Amino acid sequence: MDELLREYLPILIFLGLAIGLGLVFLIAAAVLAVSRPDPEKNSAYECGFNAFDDARMKFDVRFYLVSILFIIFDLEVAFLFPWAVSFAEIGDFGYWSMMVFLGVLTIGFIYEWRKGALEWE
Amino acid sequence: MTAAEVLPVLAFYLFSGVAVTSGLMVVVARNPVRSVLWLILAFFSAAGLFVLLGAEFLAMLLLIVYVGAVMVLFLFVVMMLDVDFAELRQGMSEYLPLGATIGLVLLVQILFGVGAWFASESAPTLRVQPAPSDVQNTAALGNVLYDDYAYLFQASGLILLVAMIGAIVLTLREREGVKKQSIVGQMHRTREESIAVVDVKPGQGIN
Amino acid sequence: MPGYEPTFVSEYLLPGGWILLQCLLLTGAILISLAFLLYMDRKVWAAVQLRRGPNVVGPWGLLQSFADFLKFVLKEIVIPDGADKAVFLLAPMIAFVLAVIAWAVIPVADGWVIADLNVGILYLFAISSLGVYGVIMGGWASNSKYPFLGGLRSAAQMVSYEVSIGFILVAVLLTVGSLNMSDIVRAQDSDWGLLGWYWLPHLPMLVLFFVSALAETNRPPFDLPEAESELVAGYQVEYSSTPYLLFMIGEYMNIVLMCAMTTILFFGGWLSPIPGLPDGVLWIVIKIVVMFFLFAMVKAIVPRYRYDQLMRLGWKVFLPFSLFWVVLTATVMRAFDIAPWASTAAAQALQ
Repeated sequence: MDELLREYLPILIFLGLAIGLGLVFLIAAAVLAVSRPDPEKNSAYECGFNAFDDARMKFDVRFYLVSILFIIFDLEVAFLFPWAVSFAEIGDFGYWSMMVFLGVLTIGFIYEWRKGALEWE
Repeated sequence: MTAAEVLPVLAFYLFSGVAVTSGLMVVVARNPVRSVLWLILAFFSAAGLFVLLGAEFLAMLLLIVYVGAVMVLFLFVVMMLDVDFAELRQGMSEYLPLGATIGLVLLVQILFGVGAWFASESAPTLRVQPAPSDVQNTAALGNVLYDDYAYLFQASGLILLVAMIGAIVLTLREREGVKKQSIVGQMHRTREESIAVVDVKPGQGIN
Repeated sequence: MPGYEPTFVSEYLLPGGWILLQCLLLTGAILISLAFLLYMDRKVWAAVQLRRGPNVVGPWGLLQSFADFLKFVLKEIVIPDGADKAVFLLAPMIAFVLAVIAWAVIPVADGWVIADLNVGILYLFAISSLGVYGVIMGGWASNSKYPFLGGLRSAAQMVSYEVSIGFILVAVLLTVGSLNMSDIVRAQDSDWGLLGWYWLPHLPMLVLFFVSALAETNRPPFDLPEAESELVAGYQVEYSSTPYLLFMIGEYMNIVLMCAMTTILFFGGWLSPIPGLPDGVLWIVIKIVVMFFLFAMVKAIVPRYRYDQLMRLGWKVFLPFSLFWVVLTATVMRAFDIAPWASTAAAQALQ
């Protein structure tokens, strides 16, 4: 097992520990607490009337737009990380290469802004 | 056998087992939201496999981009789509042959890829060539991505631009009668244009 | 080593046990400090509002959080009828587990870290981007209107601010030249003590990061997912007992994690602010507590944002400005030929 994997083993163990701890909390309440369910207690919360239809409804398309734009900018950030790490190695060409890349995406960003895609109404 | 040899193998079987199982569950799960959740687990184990290969940067990228961003969009779409899933499931037998064919083609392609990896003349030397341990793989990627592969890099920038514009063109609908706040207008409001002192006579009010 | 026979004990039990012990120590330390930080949060809030805050359990109410913990454990887990049971219970688990494992890469002193990953900061970024699932799943699984709306809102909010957090990280990383968390701290080690830390050159980014951290952790003034005046308690409405407790612990652990990240990125982690004094774990603890105090103060004194204002701030102010700062940092470094810390350190190591 090389150096790299040796660093990841603790994370796996830590993950196991965290899951175990979470389960202990859940089970502790399930075992220790008195459970007296009744229909009123188990119905979904509403303000002053009985809950009607499925709560999972359609929602505004804006939420999609936000998450699509997020994916795009997230990818942009993903491209920036290796660039930041090897900034000293890649010289002027690498610098300008990234500036062009960012320039292209800034055009997209300006388009978004002018179109009002960033507006929340 | 030492721990150094056993553990990676165990981890490999753990991750690949989980990946395959959750991949299967994506198809079988009744509820589409659960399908997406299984898909997330599949990506998670794929990230684990990447780490085992030593590609830690790619593993993190898989988590950030696919699990952290793309799957959120999937979840949004699946959560609000008002599809009748019983109806969808009836199509299963109809699409099974097509799906199976696509799966088979992919399998053959993978076999070809792996076969070439074993059969090629240069393969044995490539396989024994170890990755340099003193260069971290993020830096190794960065060193070539921005100059040697500059065209591809710029092309990906253009693809992102197209995606951005496409998303806006497809989803953005101007709604009528929406009142918007003009931040600049608010900030540039002056006392003179918004306040007037009016001398109001008793009993008359302002007309 | 002659005569060395790898046995089960020497190969698996001892190293594995050692790692497990470290993990347990860290988790225990965080959970216990969390109890007191929660107490501090409430005390600060109370003090700003001229109240006393918790003062009954234990001396000065110090044991309040432990009493709360017991109370949570002894309460009934209520699962609403229409809920998706498995997902309903999975959501708080995810929130809790993610908040815990993020701590694996936080260095509390030089070399005191559970997993010293080369890509530590990316790991943190990845884990924090997964945090949104606990919220969406909780909101969806409850099958109740308020949680659903709260979950959606929260998802869009967290996602929006994550982009600017990414750009801020890149700006700092440009000056460091490494993704390793310990390296980020070492890069700030200089003869000038606190003047050598990154809060000075990256001051605007510090402000942006702090505000984004508030938004990312759903803290006031960005606590719209839980805005009680409109959404009751957002995605947590249907939760009770330990599932709710897991959400709470996860949330506060994330807040403290954000404090730790601010400390590491901008305030030199375990380094001592005054040259000459020894560095160590005490410093990072003090810095985190001070950061947490700021979080608590913001909660007490800033009114809640409106949702459209929040989105505007994230997309129209933070995003362009942090992007601009990345470009500016790179340009300045290129123009004045400033090498990132990592390449300078590597050159020194070669000599």
